[in-house]
Amino acid sequence: MALIIDWLVQGFQMLLVLALCPLLIGFVRKVKARLLRRRGASVLQPYRDLRRLLLKEVVLAESASWLFRVVPYLVFSAVWVAAALVPTFASGLAFNWTADLIAIVALLGSARFFLALAGLDVGASFGGIGSSREMMIASLAEPAMLMMVFTLSLLAGTTQLSSVAQYLLTDGVGLRVSLLLAMLALFIVAIAENGRIPVDNPATHLELTMVHEAMVLEYSGRHLALIELAAALKLTLYLSLLACVFTPWGMAEAQAGWSAYLLGLLAYLAKLAVGGFLLAVFETGIAKMRVFRVDEFLGAALMLGLLGILLLFVSRSL
Amino acid sequence: MNQTVSLSETLGRGELIGGHRPWPRAVVTPEIWQELAIGLGKRVYTLLGLWGEPENVNLALFQEASGEIGVASLNCPDGGFPSLGHVCPPAQRLERALADLFGLQPLTGPDARPWLDHGRWPIRHPLGAAQTRSGPADPYPFLTAEGESLHQIPVGPVHAGIIEPGHFRFTANGETVVRLEERLGYVHKGIETLLRGATLDSAARLAGRVSGDSSVAYALAFARAVEAACGIAVPERALWLRALLAELERLANHFGDVGAVCNDAAFSLMQAHCAVLRERVLRASATCFGHRLLMDRIAPGGVTTDLPAEGQPLLHKLVVDLRRQFKPLIELYDNTASLQDRTVATGVLNSELARQFGAGGYVGRASGRNFDARRMPGYPPYDRLRFEVPVLSAGDVDARVWIRIHEVGQSLALIEEILDRLPSGPIRADLPPVCGPGEGMALVEGFRGDILVWLRLAADGAVERCHLRDPSWFQWPLLEAVIEGNIVADFPLCNKSFNCSYSGHDL
Repeated sequence: MALIIDWLVQGFQMLLVLALCPLLIGFVRKVKARLLRRRGASVLQPYRDLRRLLLKEVVLAESASWLFRVVPYLVFSAVWVAAALVPTFASGLAFNWTADLIAIVALLGSARFFLALAGLDVGASFGGIGSSREMMIASLAEPAMLMMVFTLSLLAGTTQLSSVAQYLLTDGVGLRVSLLLAMLALFIVAIAENGRIPVDNPATHLELTMVHEAMVLEYSGRHLALIELAAALKLTLYLSLLACVFTPWGMAEAQAGWSAYLLGLLAYLAKLAVGGFLLAVFETGIAKMRVFRVDEFLGAALMLGLLGILLLFVSRSL
Repeated sequence: MNQTVSLSETLGRGELIGGHRPWPRAVVTPEIWQELAIGLGKRVYTLLGLWGEPENVNLALFQEASGEIGVASLNCPDGGFPSLGHVCPPAQRLERALADLFGLQPLTGPDARPWLDHGRWPIRHPLGAAQTRSGPADPYPFLTAEGESLHQIPVGPVHAGIIEPGHFRFTANGETVVRLEERLGYVHKGIETLLRGATLDSAARLAGRVSGDSSVAYALAFARAVEAACGIAVPERALWLRALLAELERLANHFGDVGAVCNDAAFSLMQAHCAVLRERVLRASATCFGHRLLMDRIAPGGVTTDLPAEGQPLLHKLVVDLRRQFKPLIELYDNTASLQDRTVATGVLNSELARQFGAGGYVGRASGRNFDARRMPGYPPYDRLRFEVPVLSAGDVDARVWIRIHEVGQSLALIEEILDRLPSGPIRADLPPVCGPGEGMALVEGFRGDILVWLRLAADGAVERCHLRDPSWFQWPLLEAVIEGNIVADFPLCNKSFNCSYSGHDL
């Protein structure tokens, strides 16, 4: 019985992130619109957009190969699995033994790799620009992300997210400088990986400044829907990750029972809302940086991660 | 050649045409044409315009030292004229357009490719000896750039945003732009052909629609050219109302531009606030004059709509509100480090080029070219108004934004002054039953820069030939120069800081 419930809860979490992620996008857009004194579209608009895209026919470039057609499914599944692995409202779920931080980084890395290949596949110049910029950003973001992972694993003694969260929930952890540094690093990486301002602008119409949008410029119909959904999942993933590692409070323990799960769910939703709100405020207050400033930005994340590790080596209590 | 020879003296050696106002026009010999070309090359003169007629070409020049303006006409019995393109790069595109429209070839010119004619018109040389096109046009050869690891990025003519069409061909090394070549002409509407034989009323309406954002400036330039040709005196109140309309248009466009430049750096907060200010100007325009973009408010002889009694306090309040609301936005622009990081030192236009091309408006003034048609040659009522022409020397995107910000301040002050001193009286002079024959010319400062209108009225009062030259003709080529060595991703920002007109250029 317990096993079945575990599986059910795990299944619920997988569907939860999938169902929630367009809402998160809609919510961030809504907050941004309100900050710009616009009324903004409904928070449900991303769902409608996805439905519209799914109903539309796919237009393929003549030079598109099989890779171009396969990549949306690959990217979507890899990101969905990664997003489903991050504990959201409860730790100790059925698949938590696979929820390894390094595995998540690898899943996201392969999704990006295939997307960049697809950007190059058609041979249009914008796809090439987008892919080259994306890989430049990725080559800086991934090491920074791994530094953050090492900081956490040194502290918690594991790279399993669920255990990290549980460790951080114990009283003995307290305030730690290295954790703060890791959080800042993860925040910077999240901004870059999700193509948010100041690294990329998801709302731009300027084809020459695009990064992520330029890569997927040739996609249409259900392919585009899957890629948009994957992008939304990725944003949810990073916000969940930040919430799970640095604000694990309210998260239900393993087999905690329905009321704890419900409480965990409410806490999770509140965390997502706060995260989305802060993201919108941050994005409104800053201009996009020059493409070649991104390395300094992500270099800072790498340094913060490194500093976190060094501090832990100097003293386990930092 | 003696550099102190004034333009009028040089033109005086040709055959002066009577009835060309307010500046002289002379039919010149090829020798004098050559002399003028050398003067252009030595920067004694600045090119104001170059346009064709079926039998001759006209060259409008401005001599900065003496402040003289004049037009030289050269007959082309052999269907060609000596090109100015080698000594005067800004003339190149004008020559190519002239060749497309009239079939008059710039001889030994640096660039024989077509410009406006993309091979899709059913006829060739629509304004000259029109002939039906025989076969498809040759493919357009873009300028080459050779070297290892260079790649081309074709952008447009259809863009991802809702903007006008234009093709940009980048040759880049990674992110660094080695060469940018523009290809324009996609929105050619044949306005000069439509103006041929048009009545004054319909011609004035058409002139006001050459470039929608400069409707007032174009209508004003056209009206002033007609008034010069026919010697019509415009009532005093109409002159002041025209200035009021022109400043309202300038305000609306500058607000829009400041926001749009910031938005291209993904700082949409600024655009949201600037759009509100722009909207307030447009609504006030609609309330006071009955049209948001003030189209058809200026007509030959005066203005068509008077400022209603309640308009004066309304505009006064608008100025006060705008000044109050714009101040924090200037501070926001100045204090947002991430935004400054994008605009400062991006897209630098050196003053030498700005001067060579005679770049008008904020493009020229941000690069140290102190020229404003309201000052020089000047036209009423600006000669009686107090205003400053802001000039900066940095030449980057930031400087072009700051010129706009300063000009907003000047326009606000001008509107206040106009409202305070607005004379009463009629708003439109009676036109004679038949205007013409005659030739007139006008130079008017639009928000982008100086707009030149030249026209000839036939004896029956219809427009025989009318040429409208947008300031963008001398700004588009500079954009190519500015982006060289910059990165591809900074092009939209540079482009928006220029904000050249496609429609006014393609005509």
